[in-house]
Amino acid sequence: MLVARSFRGLTQRPVYVRETVTQMDIIGVGTLPITLLAGFFIGAVLALQTAKTLQSFGAQNFTGRLVATSLVRELGPVLTAILLAGRSGSGITAELGSMKVSEQIDAMRALGTDPIRKLVMPRMMALLLMAPVLTVFGDLVGVFGGWVIATTLLKLPTSVYLSSVHEALNYNDIFGGLLKPTVFGLIVAIVGCRSGLRTTGGTVGVGRSTTQSVVVSILLILISDFFLTKLVIALSSTP
Amino acid sequence: MPEDSRNAIEFRDVVLTFGPQVILDGVSFVVRPGETKILMGGSGTGKSTTLKLVLGLLKPDSGQILVDGEDVTHYKESQMMKVRQKIGMVFQDGALFDSLSVYQNVGYRLAEQGADEEEIEETVQRTLRFVNLEQAISKMPSELSGGMRRRVGIARALVGSPKIILYDEPTAGLDPPTARTICELAMKLRDLEGVSSIFVTHRIQDATSLAREHATIDDNGELAIVKNTRPEQNASTQFIVLRSGKIIFEGDGEALWSSTDPFIQKFLE
Repeated sequence: MLVARSFRGLTQRPVYVRETVTQMDIIGVGTLPITLLAGFFIGAVLALQTAKTLQSFGAQNFTGRLVATSLVRELGPVLTAILLAGRSGSGITAELGSMKVSEQIDAMRALGTDPIRKLVMPRMMALLLMAPVLTVFGDLVGVFGGWVIATTLLKLPTSVYLSSVHEALNYNDIFGGLLKPTVFGLIVAIVGCRSGLRTTGGTVGVGRSTTQSVVVSILLILISDFFLTKLVIALSSTP
Repeated sequence: MPEDSRNAIEFRDVVLTFGPQVILDGVSFVVRPGETKILMGGSGTGKSTTLKLVLGLLKPDSGQILVDGEDVTHYKESQMMKVRQKIGMVFQDGALFDSLSVYQNVGYRLAEQGADEEEIEETVQRTLRFVNLEQAISKMPSELSGGMRRRVGIARALVGSPKIILYDEPTAGLDPPTARTICELAMKLRDLEGVSSIFVTHRIQDATSLAREHATIDDNGELAIVKNTRPEQNASTQFIVLRSGKIIFEGDGEALWSSTDPFIQKFLE
């Protein structure tokens, strides 16, 4: 219902374009540094961990393939979504929760504004659009992190690493790598906004809602990841 | 029905429960045009809830609620948006939007309606002048004192010239001079602007001021707050006392002071 009412807001005036752009800035630009940092080190550690195993088979040339597939298929979308849940989802819940307990949501309704359209729709749109963008940046920096380790510690030539990365990825990986963060973004937005708008019990209630929002978001991300992976595999095996 | 003779607010046998707890139990009352209804009672007796029912922020379990002669009991949120344009609400702690300045808070309703910047600025300045807070126009809510927040809340409620204003304990926790300023604003709106209102309070000083004094313009053209001298001046302020979700008293100030009900007597002490 929350999703339906939010999207209905896109077809009615006023459309809160400025609020949506502001949220895209807060969520997208605000989360970018930690996504890049996390992506780099995840790529680097993947290269470090897998290279030793691959070396024992004489297959260290496949380091790039392992780093890229792990990142694009799983780690990139899931970890970016977890970062979004921890940073943006919690922020959304705390902000809306504080507004709820201080009667600002009621005041908004009393002044003739629908809080779903004014507050929920911009955050939902921002997360839907920014989650895939952040994931792509995280993936790219992760592959770069893997390259740094592969070329410095493992002494792999750049061309070998990059061709291995290139061979690893197909259209289904890219489709899945974009589908997953879009769904995860929606989960973070719905859980974050819903928890915030249902907050009761003063400042203690805000803390409770924020914790609940992060925990529920992360669990739903991990559970839905399984089903989305099944879906992508099923679609990729369809002739 | 002519517009002037329509009741501003009417409750007909309204019942509201939260789970097993009965908040309002068959409450009926009328707020006539230009009348201030002072709603009194202990904490948790359904005073603030009554205001939220008028605004449609809550829906009753049964009974009817009429605003300006219109039955809004089963109105959807989108229908209530139009009704809310007739109503201004002053929340307990102001409920100002933290992220917006005083100017943006007061001009919020107009900005949402797509008014041009010139109109918003003119209205905000005029309204802030009414509550004597012109100097605070560019401040953020966090920079304001409790009394200033309430007055900005009143200014925000006044934009759009609503016919009805609902005050939810606007003087709670304020020092006596600031509380007096808020009451005088309510008197100005009642006596000079003809606004109908429900004034929720449990401060007997507020009730006494509103019932026994009125605002007028003196010979010098200045605003003056003076004692009532004629019975019809008393009639513009009526009282309701709630207890356990029921109305235990309804009438004017003089009837309230002379009530022999032990609960009311204790309350007035």
